[in-house]
Amino acid sequence: MQEIMKKRASELLLDGTVSRVIGWKAGDFVYDITPAVFESAEEIEKDFVYTAFCGANLSKYLVKESKKPGKTLVFLKPCDSYSFAQLVKEHRVNRDSVYAVAVECRGKADVDKIRDCGVKGICGISEENGTLTVDTVYGDKTLPLSEVMLEKCASCKTRKHAVYDELLGEEGEEVADCDRFGKVRELESMTPEERYEFWRGELSRCIRCNACRNVCPACTCEKCVFDNDNSGIAQKAAADSFEENMFHIIRAFHVAGRCTDCGECTRVCPQKIPLHLLNRKFIKDINELYGDYQAGADPDTRPPLTDFRTTDAEPSIVYRRGEK
Amino acid sequence: MQRIGVFVCHCGTNIAGTVDVKAVAEALKSEPGVVFSTEYQYMCSEAGQNIIKNAIREHQLTGVVICSCSPRMHEATFRKTASAAGLNPYMVEIANIREQVSWIHKDMKAGTEKAIILGRAAIAKVSLNAPLIPGESPVVKRALVIGGGIAGIQTALDIADAGFEVDIVEKEPTIGGKMTQLDKTFPTLDCAACILTPKMVDCAQNEKIRIYSYSEVSEVKGFVGNFTVTIKKKARYVDELKCTGCGECTEKCPQKKVPNAFNLGLDNRRAIYIPFAQAVPKVATIDADYCNMLKNGKCGVCAKVCGAGAIDYKQKDSFIEERYGAIVVATGFNPIKLDAYEEYGYKQSKDVITSLELERLMNAAGPNGGTLLRPSDKTHPHTIVFVQCVGSRCDDGKGKSYCSKICCMYTAKHAMLIREKYPDTEVYVFYIDVRTPGKNFDEFYRRAVEEYGVHYIKGMVGKVAPQPDGKLLVQGSDLLADEQLRVEADLVVLAAAIEPDKTARSLGTMLTASMDTNDFFTEAHPKLRPVESPTAGIFLSGVCQGPKDIPETVSQAGAAASKVIGLLAKDKLTCNPCVAHSDEMLCNGCSACEKVCPYGAITYSDKEFRGPNRTTLIRRVASVNDAVCQGCGACTVACPSGAMDLKGFSNSQIMAEVDAICK
Repeated sequence: MQEIMKKRASELLLDGTVSRVIGWKAGDFVYDITPAVFESAEEIEKDFVYTAFCGANLSKYLVKESKKPGKTLVFLKPCDSYSFAQLVKEHRVNRDSVYAVAVECRGKADVDKIRDCGVKGICGISEENGTLTVDTVYGDKTLPLSEVMLEKCASCKTRKHAVYDELLGEEGEEVADCDRFGKVRELESMTPEERYEFWRGELSRCIRCNACRNVCPACTCEKCVFDNDNSGIAQKAAADSFEENMFHIIRAFHVAGRCTDCGECTRVCPQKIPLHLLNRKFIKDINELYGDYQAGADPDTRPPLTDFRTTDAEPSIVYRRGEK
Repeated sequence: MQRIGVFVCHCGTNIAGTVDVKAVAEALKSEPGVVFSTEYQYMCSEAGQNIIKNAIREHQLTGVVICSCSPRMHEATFRKTASAAGLNPYMVEIANIREQVSWIHKDMKAGTEKAIILGRAAIAKVSLNAPLIPGESPVVKRALVIGGGIAGIQTALDIADAGFEVDIVEKEPTIGGKMTQLDKTFPTLDCAACILTPKMVDCAQNEKIRIYSYSEVSEVKGFVGNFTVTIKKKARYVDELKCTGCGECTEKCPQKKVPNAFNLGLDNRRAIYIPFAQAVPKVATIDADYCNMLKNGKCGVCAKVCGAGAIDYKQKDSFIEERYGAIVVATGFNPIKLDAYEEYGYKQSKDVITSLELERLMNAAGPNGGTLLRPSDKTHPHTIVFVQCVGSRCDDGKGKSYCSKICCMYTAKHAMLIREKYPDTEVYVFYIDVRTPGKNFDEFYRRAVEEYGVHYIKGMVGKVAPQPDGKLLVQGSDLLADEQLRVEADLVVLAAAIEPDKTARSLGTMLTASMDTNDFFTEAHPKLRPVESPTAGIFLSGVCQGPKDIPETVSQAGAAASKVIGLLAKDKLTCNPCVAHSDEMLCNGCSACEKVCPYGAITYSDKEFRGPNRTTLIRRVASVNDAVCQGCGACTVACPSGAMDLKGFSNSQIMAEVDAICK
C-alpha cells in the first residue's frame, strides 16, 4: 500500500495537480510516526511512510495547508474522511483546494499494546491479512492485529469513506457489530457517585498538556477559549483540581454535535485518559434524543444541536433523562 | 469605575411585606461602584422617578440598578426616567425582587437575603454595561388577519377604515366563521346573518382588504414591522376569478352523499359546494375527498355545466409570499368533541345534540328550513332538556377547567325562542350556576324564567338513557329541592365547552406567540395589554385569546385593530440595540450562527486580515445586520469559539452576574 501511495503522490506532484501532500513520516523510531507535509517527489521518496502505526488523522492540517496556493493532497483513512467532511461543512477547509485520496484501512496498531505483549526493541512493522509482523532487535514477532489495535480502531464504526476524490485500495464496509457505546452504557448504569469517582480517577491524571485539544479536528477555533485572555476564563486559576478537570467537560461541550468520533483525543493522551467516552456520551444522547446523526457523514444535514424542529424532544424529556 | 445608584422599591407592601427593603438598600450600599443607595414606597410613581432623576444628576451616576418588579413591567419606565436625566437608558438594570422574591417567598429573612443577592448580580452586570444607541427599522404598511370570523372581519374592517391595507387568511372556503352558523343572537335576538353578512360583503368590497379564502398560513419569518408570511392557497379546483357563484354545478353534481359540514352533518351536500348562500367569496369548492372526478377520473359533470369554464381539476396548492407590519390572530374556537361524555348518550341517540347543532336545526337556512324537528324521526319535540357546562368548569380531566362563558346566555336564548315559537313545549335547563354578567344579560335570563316559564333546575344531569319508544330518560338532581328528577325528554341539548381551534397551536409556534395550557393565546398583560401578544407585532382578536361572546369579540377586535393602526401609522420603529455582534478576530467562519438565526440577520464574507510577518490572510467571518437582529441570543450559544456576543447581555456580564450570585 505504501508504495502505491508514494507512486500516486509523486505522480500528482510532478504533473502539477497538487502542490503539496499531507502524509506521514517516521520519527526517531518506526512507531512514533508524525504527520508531515511533502512538497516534492524526492521528499516523498525519502520520508513518506504508511504503516500500521499511521493512526494520526491528517484532516486538521488542511485548515492551514489548504489556504496555501495550489491544491493540497491529503491521505484519508475512513475515519479521517469524516473529520474532513465536517471541516468542509464548517467552512474551515476549502473543498476545492483539496485533493482527497482515500486509503483503505483495517485498523492501526497501538505500540503500547504491542509492548504489553512483551515485544521490545521494535524496529519495523508490516501487516498482512490481519497479522502483524513486528521486526525487533530480538527477531521477528507475529501478533494478531485485532489484539493490539488502537482503541479507536477496536471500536471502528465504518471502514467506508465519507468523501474522497480518488480511492487507493479497496473500499470497506460499515462495521455492523460495532459496539462503541458499550462502555458509555456501563457508565450510565453506575450511580452518580460511582460515575463521579470514575471520572475523578481518570481526569485526575490530566497534566493539561493540551494534546487532546491540539489534535482534535473539531477544535480549530482561531482563538481557543482557553487561550483567550478576554474570555474571563483563561487567567482564572482553578479553585481546585475538580475545576481543572472541567477543561475536558467544557471541551466535550464545545465539540458536541460536531465530533465525528475519530478517537484522536484518546490516542494522543499521554496519560491514557479515555476522553472519547465523554464525546461518545454526547453522540449517544444526540442519537437517542434527536435521531441517529453522524457528524461529517454528509455535507447537507443540519446538526441536531443547531437545528430546531417542532418535533424535537421537549427540554423536560432531556431533563428527566438527566435525573436518572 | 462606574458610579452606580441603587433604588429599592417597596411596591407598597408587595415587596416590603416580605423583604426588608431598608436592609437591602443598606447592604447594597457597600457593593463595588455603588455611590448612592435608597428605598422608596413606589419607585415607578412620579415622586419615585424624581428621586432617581435627582440622584443621577447629584451623584453623577453612570449606572442605575432598580430593585423592583419584573423588567417586563417597568424596565421601559425606568429607562425613560434615566434618559430624562441625561443617562443612557441602557445603563439601567432591574433586579426583580417582586416576582422572583416577595411574591414567591414567605420568610422575611430569606427573602431579604435573596433580594440582596439579586441586587448584587444586577450591580455586577451594570458595572459592565456600555451605553447603547438604538437604530431604526421601517414598517411595512400592511396587516395580516389570520381567521375570517367575526373577530377577524371586524379587525380587518377597522384597519382598512384607517386607510391601511389588510389581508384576511381564512382556512374555510368562505369568511364568516362560527357566527354564520348561528340563528339569533343574544340579548337582542336579531338574526346573526342579518348583522354579519353585510360585514362580510363590506370586506369583499373594500378595496383595502384582500381575502385569501380556503388558505392557511404556512410559514412566518421576520419581526414586528417586517414579517414575511407564506400563505398556502389550498386547491379548490375552481378558478376563483372565473366562478360567478351561480350554483349550477352544486345542483348538478351527482355525488349527493357528502355530510354537510356547514350544517354539522345534519344533512348532506354535493361534492362541489358553496357552504351557504351568502358565502364570501361566493365561489364553489370541490371536496377532493368525495369528488368522483378527482378520485377516479370518472365524472366531469361540473366542468360540463359550468358556463364560466371555472372548473380546473388540475389545480394545485399554491403558495404566496407577502410582507406585513403586523399580524392579528383571530383563529376562533370549536365546540369540544363529546366522545368522553358517554353518560349523555350523544353517540347513542340522534336526538341528543349540541347547542350549535340546535342553532342549525332552528335556522331558516338549516336542514329543516327553520322548523324545530327531532333529527331521528322529524317530529316536533315536546319536552326538551338543556344540559349546561358539558365539559366546562370540569376538573375530572375529560373536559376543560375554564368556564366557556357563552353557554348560559345562548341556552337562555334557545329556551326562550323555543317557548316563543312552540308554546306547548316544556323546556328544562339543568345548570351549576347561571352566569349573566353583561349589559342586559341578566334581564334577558330573567325573562326566560319569568315570562317564558322555562324550568331552570340547579343541578347536573347524571344520565341520559335512550328508551325503546324513542324518548330520552334524563336523570338529574335538583339541588334546591334536594331530590332526584326524571324527565322523559324528546330532545336533549348539550352545551358543549368551547376550545381554541386546533390550528392555533401550530400557528403559535410559527409566530413564537405564547399560549396557556389550554392553547389560548396569552396576552402581554392580562389587564393592561389584553389584545397584544407578548411577541411584538402579534395581536389577539376574539376567542383565540379566551372564551367571549359576540359583543365582547367585536370590542376586542376593534381594540386589536387600533393597536395595529398605531403600529402601522409609524414610519419607523426604534430597534432594540441589544443585538448580537461578532468578534472577527475570534470568528471561525463555521456558519453555526447563520444556521440558527431565525431572522436571517447574519451574513458571511471573506475579509483580509493582517497575518504574521506582514502577510495577508483571508478569512471567512460573520457579520450581523443590526436592523434585522432581534437580540434573541441563539447565535451566541451556537458559536463554538465565543465570537458572537450580545450587546447588553454579553457573556462577560452574565458571568459577572453568576459570580456575584455565587460569591
